[in-house]
Amino acid sequence: MGESIMPNLQRERIVEYLNSGKRIDGRALDEFREIVIERGISKNAESSVSVKIGKTEVFAGVKMAVMEPYPDSKNEGTFMTTVELHPMASNSFDSGKPGIDAVELARVVDRGIRESGFIDLKKLCIKEGEKVWQVFLDIVAINDDGNLMDACGLAALVVLGDAKLPVYDEEEKKVKYELSKTAVPLNKEALSFNITFHKIGESIIIDASSEEEAISDYRLSVAVGEGNGKARITSLQKGKAGAISDDDMERILKLVEDNFSSMLPKIRKYVFG
Amino acid sequence: MKMDKEESRQMVVPGETVVSGSGYLPGEGTYRDGEDVVAERYGISNIFEKHVRVVPVSGAYYPRRGNTIIGTIIDITFNGWLIDFGGAQNAFLPVAEVPRYINRNELREYLDFGEAVVVKVWDVKSRGTDVSMKMRGFGKIEGGQIINVGPNKVPRIIGKEGSMVKLIRGATGCDITVGQNGKVWIYGKDIEGEITTRKIIEFIVENATIYGLTEKVEEYIKELGLEVKSGGYGGMDDVEVIDQNTDGEDDE
Amino acid sequence: MSKSLYAKRKSGRAFDEVRPLRAEVGVVPSADGSAIFESGTTHAIAVVRGPRTLHPQHMQNPRAGILRVSYGMMPFSVEDRIRPGPSRRSEEISKVTEWALSCVVDLSEFPNTVVDVFIQIPQADAGTRVAGINAAAMALAHAGIPMKEMVSAIGVGKLDKTLVVDLDKHEDSEYKDGEGSTDIPMAFTSRSGRICLLQLDGKISIDEFKEVVKMGREACKKVLEVQSSALKGIGSKEKKRGKK
Repeated sequence: MGESIMPNLQRERIVEYLNSGKRIDGRALDEFREIVIERGISKNAESSVSVKIGKTEVFAGVKMAVMEPYPDSKNEGTFMTTVELHPMASNSFDSGKPGIDAVELARVVDRGIRESGFIDLKKLCIKEGEKVWQVFLDIVAINDDGNLMDACGLAALVVLGDAKLPVYDEEEKKVKYELSKTAVPLNKEALSFNITFHKIGESIIIDASSEEEAISDYRLSVAVGEGNGKARITSLQKGKAGAISDDDMERILKLVEDNFSSMLPKIRKYVFG
Repeated sequence: MKMDKEESRQMVVPGETVVSGSGYLPGEGTYRDGEDVVAERYGISNIFEKHVRVVPVSGAYYPRRGNTIIGTIIDITFNGWLIDFGGAQNAFLPVAEVPRYINRNELREYLDFGEAVVVKVWDVKSRGTDVSMKMRGFGKIEGGQIINVGPNKVPRIIGKEGSMVKLIRGATGCDITVGQNGKVWIYGKDIEGEITTRKIIEFIVENATIYGLTEKVEEYIKELGLEVKSGGYGGMDDVEVIDQNTDGEDDE
Repeated sequence: MSKSLYAKRKSGRAFDEVRPLRAEVGVVPSADGSAIFESGTTHAIAVVRGPRTLHPQHMQNPRAGILRVSYGMMPFSVEDRIRPGPSRRSEEISKVTEWALSCVVDLSEFPNTVVDVFIQIPQADAGTRVAGINAAAMALAHAGIPMKEMVSAIGVGKLDKTLVVDLDKHEDSEYKDGEGSTDIPMAFTSRSGRICLLQLDGKISIDEFKEVVKMGREACKKVLEVQSSALKGIGSKEKKRGKK
């Protein structure tokens, strides 16, 4: 539907608004759109969820399997993330092999979770050197209205928070199609969530809509969690061609600190209930 | 119950019989199957003096002669401009169809890449749509912002004989121009006014199918702390962009 | 003739009873048309984008737009995870779905364009291709695409000697007694009642098949009711998706 070229006047108006501290949809510069979470969208998954931020929506699911561990991590399970920017979600997504945008998104979400130590990979070991759990986190974009990065990040956390291990039958050496009562082992205090910033003109905004994304100079995604009682960064990704000045960097870090304390309890509630 | 001239409307799905009888003429969005006139589109049926149509309620915009559309210049040729308006193909504005004489070297100066325009659809061909900017009230638009509401919400935003647009203008003092292609240009006296206008328009879009929409919008306007006035005020660009073919709709 | 081993359905449904059906349109705001169709725990989402310009140019048809269907299952939709990406099964289903919908769609007004239909299955419990077709027909209508009629689909089957309507996963993949399970997905056009999708996997006598077609036709009337109600906005508002 009418997702056509953006006229100059639109770009100019967005910047004018930002210079007055407002977004074109009336939000404040550091305000998220409404978040709606629906759990259990697939009963065949170990857990599944739909996450909406404004009109942007993604589905995510966790599936698990048992495999031999990698030789350099004999007592650790494995974890893999895929993101599909399905063409159903936007006129600008193509069919076929995942493009660089999907690959980047998947890798950024993956790193944020992996590096924070949120999943306790050691506890995913069934028998050292022989059998470990393999966690598959699959995310599919349903509708793109900007900020798929944070929608995917949040969906990943919520779906992992809900996931239970399937029953593993030792004798038959098979995974059964039923869930145990054991949750996928997580280090809850290691929870780290994503905030993506965009620079437009002189302003820095959070949770960009697709209009805002289209005209920004650069974006910076920051995964942040708690470490020693303070905000601790577990992943960074800058995208697009613009360059970050020292001043910008200071402003962004301040925004991270300011928003971290108000957002952390909300995110914790979404993930752990 | 209305008889004679206009019969009641119903929502129909493809394949559904709108009306039966050989005296009826299958018009746009319908076809004849034996005795029946059948819907060929999802939409609202409309029977006027035995002439049957189905007006779509959703989906992409198909340009029709006489429509007012809002678009963006995306290319400049030796004799005109190409305009993207959200359709599958672009519209063409020939250099002869602008209000003043432009010579070949001045095209870009007059209308540059990325500029937004309000134009009238002149002719629709399989290879594209021809438009014109010659008449009063059409031309380049500057400032303000454009909101995509989708072509099917346009009648609700205009209202019967422009009543809804007047209501919004009266409350916010904002200039509004509605394109049949589902793009609405608004220009507020200040940022607050423009944000409020946008909120009202989004409210209409969300509630487009509700019965008694006008009252709900009036309530919403009051909730926003504004006044409900009849008879809008507009600036120099305040032109009634009501298309002859598809007038605004009142409540069901 | 000996009695059938499948005397009672595992789900407790009657032989001609479809699973609880639910449908909704407009679920993907940025699309031209979209819909979900649910039959029991099989859920399908369909999204239509178009008519839009078709690239590369040599694929364009100057006389009419083309319909292009892409069907896929989400990795977490089934018990054994499906690797993302097309498979031979999804390509086949895409094609037969395209053929089914082409029976009714009229794109002569949109030369050189493409109408893309995307079908995705977030949760599967057999009958995914017919749920996909049901969602796709609604999404096409919702997108304002000219269609002479609607299309409604259902899976009919034979379990040993019993004919049943709308097989679930147990009936489709697990039942092996006697003559086993035969699955017959079919789709009918809403007005002229022509068959626009027909596949069979198993074995069946000619008399049994005639009965199957009758049962399928009846069941599809129920499907059409649900599709029409969703388009007309009746009854589905209470169960809108999403909770905080």
